[in-house]
Amino acid sequence: MKKITLAILGLVLMLVDLYLVFNWVPVLQNNDGTVNLEQKILYLMIPTAWLAMLAFVITAICGIAFLAKKNEKWDVFAQSSAEVGIVFTTLACAVGAIWAKPAWGVWWDFGTPRLTTTLILWFIFLAYLLVRGLASEAYRGAVFASVVAIIGLADIPLIILSTTLWGNVSTMHPKEIVFQGGLDPKQGMLVGISVTTFTILFVWLLLLIDSIKRDEIELKRLKELNQA
Amino acid sequence: MKFWSKVFAIARKDTLSELRSREILSSVLMFALLVIVIYEFAFGGDPDTIKTVAPGMLWTTFVFAGMLSLNRAFIPEKEQGCLEGLMICPVSREAIYAGKAISSLLFMLIIEAIGLIAFTVLFNLPVISLPVITITVFTTIGFVAVGTLFSALSVNTKAREMVLPILFLPIVIPIIIGAVNATQAALASGSFSDVGSWLQIIIAFDVIFSVVSFLTFDFIVVE
Repeated sequence: MKKITLAILGLVLMLVDLYLVFNWVPVLQNNDGTVNLEQKILYLMIPTAWLAMLAFVITAICGIAFLAKKNEKWDVFAQSSAEVGIVFTTLACAVGAIWAKPAWGVWWDFGTPRLTTTLILWFIFLAYLLVRGLASEAYRGAVFASVVAIIGLADIPLIILSTTLWGNVSTMHPKEIVFQGGLDPKQGMLVGISVTTFTILFVWLLLLIDSIKRDEIELKRLKELNQA
Repeated sequence: MKFWSKVFAIARKDTLSELRSREILSSVLMFALLVIVIYEFAFGGDPDTIKTVAPGMLWTTFVFAGMLSLNRAFIPEKEQGCLEGLMICPVSREAIYAGKAISSLLFMLIIEAIGLIAFTVLFNLPVISLPVITITVFTTIGFVAVGTLFSALSVNTKAREMVLPILFLPIVIPIIIGAVNATQAALASGSFSDVGSWLQIIIAFDVIFSVVSFLTFDFIVVE
């Protein structure tokens, strides 16, 4: 029943979050005095980007646990996390592009370390999901996928480091603002609320998919028993 | 036998069989030279343009050639049942990985050496210099460390050659960024001073992935 509780909590928080985003938090003004409405995307951008990263770390850690313990449940959990994760990674890329257009006049800017990092993460997620289906048997696919996740996890610091060094850090992405307290206290609080809300949504989806996958495996086992 | 003598025995076996068949070196070398010639026409042959895109040309050539040669590292073994033979041998999986990686590294370095000479001759670029050669060697170590692992993985999948690029390319993006920028700095100034921070990323990549690949290879080749 905890999944139901999470779902209801997520729904309530999501409505509260939406209300706060549109009716409570102060709207920023551009230098020329116009209202910077698109800045509100921030409250969707940060949660999706954070969940993309969180989902990947969960996938990789469960991958390590699977290789160490050889217990299928870790692999099922890793796979569920990757499936939810790729949705959030795609969202993060899309939301980033939608925000980039009004803010900088381009859909995509490779000089922005965080955008580029998310894109590379997206590719690694895809590789993780693809390689499982390409293996000749399910167990082997699970092992291969776990190895890809572990290699991907080891790669993340290097991706962040190299894209940061490569990009024009000083120009576009307002990364310092969030982490150096440049936000209005209300805005900072709302970022926190949004991240919490979306994390609850993520956990709910993760548990839901995990239980569906377990049921599928159980059903398959029962069918095989029935045939035998 | 000690670990390293086993490793070198496997690397020696690969080198010998390559010397006799010349399967990888001849075809990959031909491919690399063709790519270089195609770049010449693709970028219009203007010396200034070539100078700007040279680091990118150099590294795309090496990445594609490297992928081709890494693909061949395990496919003949699998086709001729040699991989099963290797696994029956009283050597650890880690020794197989290290031996394969060393022979792949050797082949790639030979191809790159000839590629660098071709770049010098065809584009009149000063790529044969100590900084560029250092960058090439360290980057290739990173490539081969990840590539050998993924090559062994992809040979056990249904699509084989198709799988290596989709696994390999996203993972090596950081080291490609490092190699291209380091080469750019080296070509611009010709000294080591501007290459430093990029070379650090490349070496960090080498160390991390040599260790991680070495440790995970064991799981890949289970029969």
